[in-house]
Amino acid sequence: MKQRWSDYALLAAGLLALWQGAYYAVGAEALTPPLETARRLAALIAADGFWDHARATGIAFLYASVLALAGGMVMGVAIGASKMAHEIFAPILGTLYSIPKIMLYPVILLVFGLGLSAKVVFGAIHGFFPVALFTMGAIRNLPPVMLRTGRVLHLSWPSLARHIYLPACLPEIVTGLRIGFSTTLLGTLIGELFASSEGLGFLLSRAMESHNVPDIMALTLLLFLIATGANTIILAVEHRLQAHSG
Amino acid sequence: MTSPGFWRLVTVAAAVLALEALCRGGVIDPYTMIAPSQMALALLDMVRHADWFWADARYTFQNVAAAILLSIMLGFPIGLGIHALPRLRRVLNPVLLSYYSVPTFVFYPLLIVIFGIGPASLIVMGAMFGIVAMICATLAAIDRIPRVYNKVARVAGMSACETALRIQLPAATPHLFTGLKLAVAYSVIGVIAGEFILATAGLGRQLTLAYNEFDSPKMYGLILLILIAVAALNGVLQGLEARLYRRWYRS
Repeated sequence: MKQRWSDYALLAAGLLALWQGAYYAVGAEALTPPLETARRLAALIAADGFWDHARATGIAFLYASVLALAGGMVMGVAIGASKMAHEIFAPILGTLYSIPKIMLYPVILLVFGLGLSAKVVFGAIHGFFPVALFTMGAIRNLPPVMLRTGRVLHLSWPSLARHIYLPACLPEIVTGLRIGFSTTLLGTLIGELFASSEGLGFLLSRAMESHNVPDIMALTLLLFLIATGANTIILAVEHRLQAHSG
Repeated sequence: MTSPGFWRLVTVAAAVLALEALCRGGVIDPYTMIAPSQMALALLDMVRHADWFWADARYTFQNVAAAILLSIMLGFPIGLGIHALPRLRRVLNPVLLSYYSVPTFVFYPLLIVIFGIGPASLIVMGAMFGIVAMICATLAAIDRIPRVYNKVARVAGMSACETALRIQLPAATPHLFTGLKLAVAYSVIGVIAGEFILATAGLGRQLTLAYNEFDSPKMYGLILLILIAVAALNGVLQGLEARLYRRWYRS
């Protein structure tokens, strides 16, 4: 589906109109209108200490992403490589993916204590499962004819991996990485929301406690923009890869 | 018996036994985690004796059920509507693609401000998680109906209503079910996350209380309960899905 700029403009206009309409419907105690939220966000970003919080979230997110993506891909390859292992472990991974991981938060805190490592681990367990599931699926769904071609050509293991597995699986793995990125961000933010003294999640939880609607709205807008921005970039990469391989 | 199901059972049992051994052997101290057998006992004790248990379990169950119903009953018609309007679909496409990359729970404080603390904001939270999975699955399901089916319907002189009921719906069912499965899982996550963050009742709320009071047996009993409930629900849905696909591909 080809996107046109007019589509994005219509979408943005529609969302803003919806937001403004909701503001008129529920009033200033519940919502702040778009323009005021943008102004509040600008003030927040200019305020003292904002960048320290942003950096704290960024560092935790970075560590968590590396753990989730690397761990998930290794796990996915290990399970996807064998039909039997796939049949045994795929349903277990699927179930672990669908449990509300938020309830494991107390356990993670007890094991890792307050601080950076709990946030990182909590973020990583959110991203790990989608990456593992997509990597596994990519390898299992490889058309058998490709492997047969490789065998006919007497390819060695490294060149089999380089010329057949990697290009054939990459698009699907990138989809997994995109979903893994966003769930890792989600996990890291939830981690900060509950037991943290710094980070964007902490700012949000502080605004929640003091019932500061403009701050809640401004931070929500910021997180929304970060998440959709990152997603759009990875999505563009994904489309290029798919166009390339398809 | 050497089926995958058997080995899966062996794997899970081995993991539980290993955890049991680590806890009993003192490698994991009891303030961090209690042994799985103790978790099970704590859960049994809770179900039998705790005066709050049934009220909070029912609260969570009702909210989850309402959120699932809402996401399916709204998601399906919205999906149909979007499919019928290609221009609207093109405009909404970026939202559908990146919806799950936004940490939806950040809207929960706003929901509390709008709907108040109570079932309404929890149900809306759960439905917000589930509805887009249902919309996307509905779109994908209609897209995947082979065009020749509609031609057959036209040749047979079926009315639009008859075509929808006897051709399109059965053909779309397996993909719709996949959406339903996701909508259920996401609704459960949404409601329990909401209860955990801020609520006046429910199992997620009790979990927060247990954690704050350092009540390990209660906390691990509740975690075990939610794990079992989600795994059972997931198992039933996966089984139904496999059966649907088998029937679909055979015919």
